[in-house]
Amino acid sequence: MNMEFILGHMNYWLFIILMMIGFYIVVARGNYIKKIVGLNVFQASVFMFYISIGKVEGGTAPIFPIDMNIDPQVIYSNPLPHVLILTAIVVGVATTSLGLALIVRIREEYGTIEEDDILEIDSAAQVSENRKEGASMGGRA
Amino acid sequence: MLHVAGVSGLTIIDQLPMLTIVVPMLAAPLCVLFGNRHIAWLLAFLASVFSFLFATHMLLQVMDGDVLSYHMGGWEPPLGIEYRIDAANAFMLFLISGISTIVLPYARRSVAHEIKKVSHTLFYCCYLLCFTGLLGVVATGDAFNIFVFLEISSLSTYVLIAMGAERDRRALTSAYDYLILGTIGATFFVIGIGFLYMATGTLNLADLSVRMANMEGNRTIQAAFAFIIVGMGLKAAIYPLHLWLPGAYTYAPSVVTTFLAATATKAAIYVLMRFMFSVYQPDFVFELHTLTWIIMPLAILAIFAASLIAIFQTDLKRLLAYSSVAQIGYMMLGIGLASKSSLSATIVHLFNHGITKAVLFMVVGAYVMRAGSSFANNLNGLGKQLPWTSAAFVIGGLSLIGVPGTAGFISKWMLIQSVLEADLWWLAIMLVISSLLAVIYIWKTVEVLYLKEPDVSTLAMKEVPLSMLLPIWILAIACIYFGLNTEWTLSMADVAAEGLLNGGGK
Repeated sequence: MNMEFILGHMNYWLFIILMMIGFYIVVARGNYIKKIVGLNVFQASVFMFYISIGKVEGGTAPIFPIDMNIDPQVIYSNPLPHVLILTAIVVGVATTSLGLALIVRIREEYGTIEEDDILEIDSAAQVSENRKEGASMGGRA
Repeated sequence: MLHVAGVSGLTIIDQLPMLTIVVPMLAAPLCVLFGNRHIAWLLAFLASVFSFLFATHMLLQVMDGDVLSYHMGGWEPPLGIEYRIDAANAFMLFLISGISTIVLPYARRSVAHEIKKVSHTLFYCCYLLCFTGLLGVVATGDAFNIFVFLEISSLSTYVLIAMGAERDRRALTSAYDYLILGTIGATFFVIGIGFLYMATGTLNLADLSVRMANMEGNRTIQAAFAFIIVGMGLKAAIYPLHLWLPGAYTYAPSVVTTFLAATATKAAIYVLMRFMFSVYQPDFVFELHTLTWIIMPLAILAIFAASLIAIFQTDLKRLLAYSSVAQIGYMMLGIGLASKSSLSATIVHLFNHGITKAVLFMVVGAYVMRAGSSFANNLNGLGKQLPWTSAAFVIGGLSLIGVPGTAGFISKWMLIQSVLEADLWWLAIMLVISSLLAVIYIWKTVEVLYLKEPDVSTLAMKEVPLSMLLPIWILAIACIYFGLNTEWTLSMADVAAEGLLNGGGK
């Protein structure tokens, strides 16, 4: 692995770093909105990855000349990954909006969007539920 | 034999692979446009019936090992998107659309009870989208198309689960957790597909398998394998990746739980099988190691750990949810053994467990309707008040345990046979022991239903309406029928397993 290899694959290194940052935010942050932000960073890294795949060395933008006289000498970049990732971007937007909508509802019901607080509220509910419904099981469920 | 069709296909029969998915997809927005909850239900039901008829017709066509290839928009594969129906996915389409057709008549009353009227049209719209997504995941022969349909079904599933919030607000946090984990899973899957495209330059599953045939040592496709297995594993709730499942199944509306338990994880397991055995060659060393050293131990762990947790549950829905995790363990075990007989055992178990769990969750939904909750504490003596519903629970429970004469026995028997074929007698003994764990949690429930004295509040409860009872009993009878008449399921599973191992019938 020489310097040229490392620098030549710069976008892939960035993809990995960005992916790890996003993944870490999702796992480590307790705030529900921050988790969604992390998820977005994570997905954005994948968009970057796909766009990098489409790059052909020396290739130009994959647009045919208007008179359709295609010069076979010209190398074009591969447009397919770009098209694919458009779909994934739309999916990402839908996921984000749905996640945020859920957060609004959670905030309405719980009054907080911190994971720790919600876990506390839920486990308190679980304990009282167990005491009430789990009598036959010695108060555990 | 390969049947090819595109938009130019002359008869409606040629268009079936596409129609099966497009009909529910178009019915979904129509539900919202009409804006009437009765029409919405009717549309959902009709779309489901049509899909079921189409799926049945295709199943009959491909039963002898034929393959239907439908070219979306007339574009030739591998460039265009191909819908490739062989025995394996025709069988899955049949299961998913069949369960949906039976669940929907039941859904009408159950949804009316659990969800407020304003949301009904939106509920059926989301239900249809989820249904479309699952059918699409199974039918398509294009790797990226799997991701798109997967997200269609996932996004609508999150909404459906969150609709349980009217009964318990924890549905919201469960839906949120599932959204985070599900999106991570789907993104992992997309990364995997990206790597595959990088290495081969194609997205068509059949074409992928041809181009990858001699790329065993290629690091890119090995990385892709890891990403795809983990991503789909999250969706299929393979043991350590199952954390979203109990919450989602417990707090979702009963109809949603029934539908998801019977179909959603099954579709994900189908995709896993398709990638493991059709796209990747099962004799790749890295895949063999994954199957033997990761998938199999985790499957055994799932069977025991999840069954043990299920024993200690007081909420019937949560109990069955953990039992689902354990049953997914059985299916993964069949995949881990990677022989033709173990694969057919997995496919039979997909089907048999699908109908069994549907019965059980529908009965629990009936209890929720009458008793107000699914806590065992509220169900004392319900066996006498709801005799027909409870009898169906017993049949479903027996099938879950694997008592001879029920569907569950057949698949466990096949699994044990294939385990013995692989000379793993200790594993066969463990499987028998694991069935005893299922006996404990089913017996615990039966005891509550039949042997406990009914409470004062229970005495006034009446049997659920016929529109709910009938679907429950259709599936309960199916549990027994497929336990006695095994010819059809077994031959179907054999053809399907062969199709999977031959790379989708090239």
